[in-house]
Amino acid sequence: MAAAPLLRTDDCGLFCEAGGFHIDPWRPVARAVISHAHGDHARPGSAAYLAAAPAVPVLQRRLGAEARIEAVPFGERVRAGEVEVSFHPAGHILGSAQVRVERGGEVWVFSGDYKRRPDPSCEPFEPVPCQTFITEATFGLPIYRWDDEPVVAREILAWWEGNRQASRASVLFCYALGKAQRILAALAPLTDRPAFVHGSIEPLNKCYRAAGVEMLPTRLVSETARGQSFAGELVLAPPSAGGSTWMRRFGSASTAFASGWMRVRGTRRRRGFDRGFVLSDHADWPDLIRTIEETGAERVLTTHGYADALARYLRERGRAAGTLATPFAGETED
Amino acid sequence: MKRFASLYEALDRTTSTNEKVAALVAYFSSAPPADAAWAVWFLTGRRLKRFLPGRLLAGWAMEEAEIPGWLFEESYASVGDLAETISLVLDGRGEAEAAPDLPLSRWMAERLLPLRGLPEGEQRREVTGWWRGLPRWETFVLNKLLTGELRVGVSQTLVERALAQVAGVPPSTLAHRLMGAWEPTASFYEGLFSPGAEGSEDGARPYPFYLASPLDQPVEELGDRDGWLVEWKWDGIRAQLIRRGGEVHLWSRGEELITERFPEIARGAASLLSDGTVLDGEIMAWREGRPLPFAVLQRRIGRKKLTEKVLADAPAVYLAYDLLEHQGRDVRDQALSARRSALERLLENGRPFLPVSPRVEASTWEDVARTREEARERGVEGLMLKRLSSPYRTGRKRGDWWKWKIDPFTIDAVLIYAQAGHGRRANLFTDYTFAVWSGGELVPVAKAYSGLSDQEILELDGWIRRHTLQKFGPVRSVEPVQVFELAFEGISLSSRHKSGVAVRFPRIARWRTDKRADQADTLEGIKALIAG
Repeated sequence: MAAAPLLRTDDCGLFCEAGGFHIDPWRPVARAVISHAHGDHARPGSAAYLAAAPAVPVLQRRLGAEARIEAVPFGERVRAGEVEVSFHPAGHILGSAQVRVERGGEVWVFSGDYKRRPDPSCEPFEPVPCQTFITEATFGLPIYRWDDEPVVAREILAWWEGNRQASRASVLFCYALGKAQRILAALAPLTDRPAFVHGSIEPLNKCYRAAGVEMLPTRLVSETARGQSFAGELVLAPPSAGGSTWMRRFGSASTAFASGWMRVRGTRRRRGFDRGFVLSDHADWPDLIRTIEETGAERVLTTHGYADALARYLRERGRAAGTLATPFAGETED
Repeated sequence: MKRFASLYEALDRTTSTNEKVAALVAYFSSAPPADAAWAVWFLTGRRLKRFLPGRLLAGWAMEEAEIPGWLFEESYASVGDLAETISLVLDGRGEAEAAPDLPLSRWMAERLLPLRGLPEGEQRREVTGWWRGLPRWETFVLNKLLTGELRVGVSQTLVERALAQVAGVPPSTLAHRLMGAWEPTASFYEGLFSPGAEGSEDGARPYPFYLASPLDQPVEELGDRDGWLVEWKWDGIRAQLIRRGGEVHLWSRGEELITERFPEIARGAASLLSDGTVLDGEIMAWREGRPLPFAVLQRRIGRKKLTEKVLADAPAVYLAYDLLEHQGRDVRDQALSARRSALERLLENGRPFLPVSPRVEASTWEDVARTREEARERGVEGLMLKRLSSPYRTGRKRGDWWKWKIDPFTIDAVLIYAQAGHGRRANLFTDYTFAVWSGGELVPVAKAYSGLSDQEILELDGWIRRHTLQKFGPVRSVEPVQVFELAFEGISLSSRHKSGVAVRFPRIARWRTDKRADQADTLEGIKALIAG
């Protein structure tokens, strides 16, 4: 019997006392184990980082050249104090990992952000047996259920095609890291037309291409000639570019947002986009339930999103479950 | 159903007027008349009584989806729309049994309308069977039809424009053909497309109303004062009074037939007007030559039965201000000056129930502006300015009719409760209750839903979440800190409200971040406005 839980939250993050590290700390610590490179999970300022090898190029960009990051191949166990740590693909973005922590046969897995649907831009999720599973719950309500990616990709293409015929630009808002590359990879088998991208997206495209991900050819919006017409073109941009002066150059444009939140009509209409494409890098409700089953975990801790609802549902189905408060944002609406 | 559901989806998906019209034109050009008739019915905001209560549908959906009630409730709170929540939780249960498509008209005639006569068990078997055969969006549209809440984001004007384009008749002719009571049948729909003018029209059918726009320029810029008719702007029920074929029909602007609510007006019209007469005017609660507050008029609408007491407590008159049909002829093309003179001759003996809305005799725009200051005292909303040379137009066309309302009352009040909205505003706290001070306590005086920008709504939503004191179901009480300037059109004493006052059309004018809660208004101060 372990005296203290293997993982618990302290002021800085999810702390493994026996291993002397924090997972995805929200304040600088001595040793940080990072699940993936999104800003709410990977924050700068820690003295040393440990991450899955495929995540390191993007992580280095995000944390700065001076950050000390040790790369570990997926599946390889690393000794830290009394525990062994390993990374396992989470299927969320390139290099995203679940973090497995073991001490004398006791296994905890922190899922980080994850999804189960096939994604041509990253390694597929791998279920990891454990006793305690800390799962995200961003879309932990039964209303969230995703269509298959190729279906959504064809919808995006049809929207682009319709706008092309009407001589309008198609501005598709999506996260710069992960979602943008997934869209570019999903469209690659369907068309050869290049896409234009916002300046925050292109450096990440380079990291993905270097990792061997096939994507549509891309051009930087900022490198086009003054007065260039974007009529008929597809433009990818982060949501923060919406409503800014950057948008003016596109003239009459149709706007869309690719996000799991677009599943709900009211959310889409409130945001005022012309179209919403339901495409998420998080697990939907059926996949959350299936994943929890597959880990065989005796105990589940849910975090961010609809953590309360998911935990209560699991408890009612006879599984020990509780919530774990963390400041991770999951997929935000902006 | 597929075709109609796709139209709904296309309309729901875009905010562009042109795209909406294009989607409607595509639909009306291709849909079978029997289907299109139902589509026109729903798109112009006509309703059927709900077939099933939403509560019942929700219960069946939970069991179908195998989720507990509380989880369905959480989902509903997050979606903000019951029909949509049901379609989302039912989605993905396998489309292997996808049913062949049935046209909308057959859905109505063979499935939905017969549903009313069935016992609950069979209703359930029918509805859950349909759910299994339909994809998500069609399930959503079906649920909207079942709960009688089908509302499509398209204005009647756009529907008229699209139909007129397909039919090749002027939009005003089409608008007229869509007025009043009609049945959604193939022959009605085909009649919309008949060439030429009115033909044998339904005797009860009203004309499309002409709507005024708010005056947004200095009044002097309207030109010569003599070119304009000035009237009071009444705070009553806009209505058309029709005398045709020996009968009287009173239509509200919401296209409801309200003849029976106002027997004295109907009797007056029967005795004073000859067949082939249509008037435009305002129903007012009226006593001793003065308007009574709108709340009094509401009693005539709200009561199931019109007792002698209600008739005596809320006496009504019809203030006529325009003549649309005279001696069986549509006179809407004549100049207002001519229509008005004919109206005045016609209703020379109109009192007591059919008086003509008087002209405001002020010889210069300056005098007109001064007269407007008397509006509140006279119990009216302001002035109407109508161009004497203008025809009676259709819909809201700017330029000939202006409403020049008096500035609203304003008070500073404190936000005390908030509730999440629905639809587009689900998940956001957008329904607010405001209070003012009375003997050291905050007393609620108004609820308001509008007036803030989207940015302010988001900001306030965040603040409400961080400063909640208590939750009562969907309602949260918040720290009494935020002060807002509220504007409203009228105020009256009320025994139904805790504060003792009722305000009309309250909305948020400004977020007073510069004021502290203790600087908000007092109830005594507000009551003083009534006297003023």
